[in-house]
Amino acid sequence: MHIDSIKEGIVLDHITAGNAMKIYNLLGLDKLECTVAIIKNVPSKKVGKKDIIKIDSNFDVNLEILGYVDPGTTIDIIHDSKLVEKKHVDLPDTLHGVIKCKNPRCITSVESNLEQVFTLTDRDNKVYRCIYCEAKA
Amino acid sequence: MRSLISILDLSVEEIAELLEVAEDIIANPKKYSEICHGKKLATLFFEPSTRTRLSFEAAMMELGGNCLGFSEAQSSSASKGETVADTTRVVSCYADIIAMRHPKEGAPLVASMYSTVPVINAGDGGHNHPTQTLTDLLTIKRKKGKLTDFTIGFCGDLKFGRTVHSLIQALSRYENVKVVLISPDELKLPSYIKKDVLQKNNIEYVQTDNLEKVLPELDVLYMTRVQKERFLSEEEYIRLRDSYILTKAKLKNAKEDLSILHPLPRVNEISTDVDSDSRACYFEQVLNGKYVRMALILKLLEITVD
Ligand SMILES: [Zn+2]
Repeated sequence: MHIDSIKEGIVLDHITAGNAMKIYNLLGLDKLECTVAIIKNVPSKKVGKKDIIKIDSNFDVNLEILGYVDPGTTIDIIHDSKLVEKKHVDLPDTLHGVIKCKNPRCITSVESNLEQVFTLTDRDNKVYRCIYCEAKA
Repeated sequence: MRSLISILDLSVEEIAELLEVAEDIIANPKKYSEICHGKKLATLFFEPSTRTRLSFEAAMMELGGNCLGFSEAQSSSASKGETVADTTRVVSCYADIIAMRHPKEGAPLVASMYSTVPVINAGDGGHNHPTQTLTDLLTIKRKKGKLTDFTIGFCGDLKFGRTVHSLIQALSRYENVKVVLISPDELKLPSYIKKDVLQKNNIEYVQTDNLEKVLPELDVLYMTRVQKERFLSEEEYIRLRDSYILTKAKLKNAKEDLSILHPLPRVNEISTDVDSDSRACYFEQVLNGKYVRMALILKLLEITVD
């Protein structure tokens, strides 16, 4: 299978196989006018299989969402058909408006205008807690 | 400008400072009686808690300041759907400091994000109640002369008792505090607190369901209410309730200098014949609550006395 390489834009590489559609939706890529290619189950030496998303524009990726959903992803920035920057995504320290608190006693359950904010309290176990009520995500 | 939302917002040094000021207020009340003249405390109580509200208001009055506010959501604009953020912004224009009680967890934090004056969390649902913890710490400090090297027993409802959870959290930062957890199986301390607080800080602790057996080892006994609605059946409640009642007779083998604390209100878990025992500290504890709130108001208003 052959996919045209891009001149200007970004490539989300090393996405865990099966996660591409989820990331496509969460990042809001469905709203883009430019060409977006989702390539699934690409053979990978390291992990067997991976997904890739190619975006034909300088889209501003929400690193919090991407880091939370798939912290192993890399972002390649392409300019003039050349790779100019490679960013490694990691679990973000805070999440703004990415996930919702499920605690019915939390203030956010009655005041929907409040921004949902979570902080990473345990990196090893990927534990995020609501800043308001401290409930686990 | 600072607010107090959780007891862990304060460092051990800051807590020591607060307790020192509280003890100075107790020793020299005159020195402080007009120090907050012209200052206003707003007590915003979105759910009733007369005890806590009166403690805050008495504290501000004893500093020479004034109080305003409301004591339940019905008498506030929250009943018209106003957000915590807006209520706080408005009240910030009238008051120099705010004490907020709210049934929803995290509401005082929201208030502190929008307020232009310091906010004190006066209890947010089952979450935090830092001034109760400061009250408990001051009581232990005054009784023992220190917050290190003692054994404290927590008895009753350790599962839902937020005062127990935050006091354990606060004490985990002091040297050589041993913890004895006394409760029925149904009301044991949640495992996340054992793991994240006790084990993480290498606090020595034991769990038991027998109050009488461990009583002689304790320097401090923190009693809590066992609430009927936590049990599946009436028989179960009655059976368990009576094994966690402190009576004068049970105190026979306890230490002479044991200090008995209770966040109040009590129902029947401490029988009234204990009240006259010199080891009962729970009414003194109420008084300490007022003094430590006075010290806290001064700290947050950045008022110092020589
Ligand atoms: Zn929450």
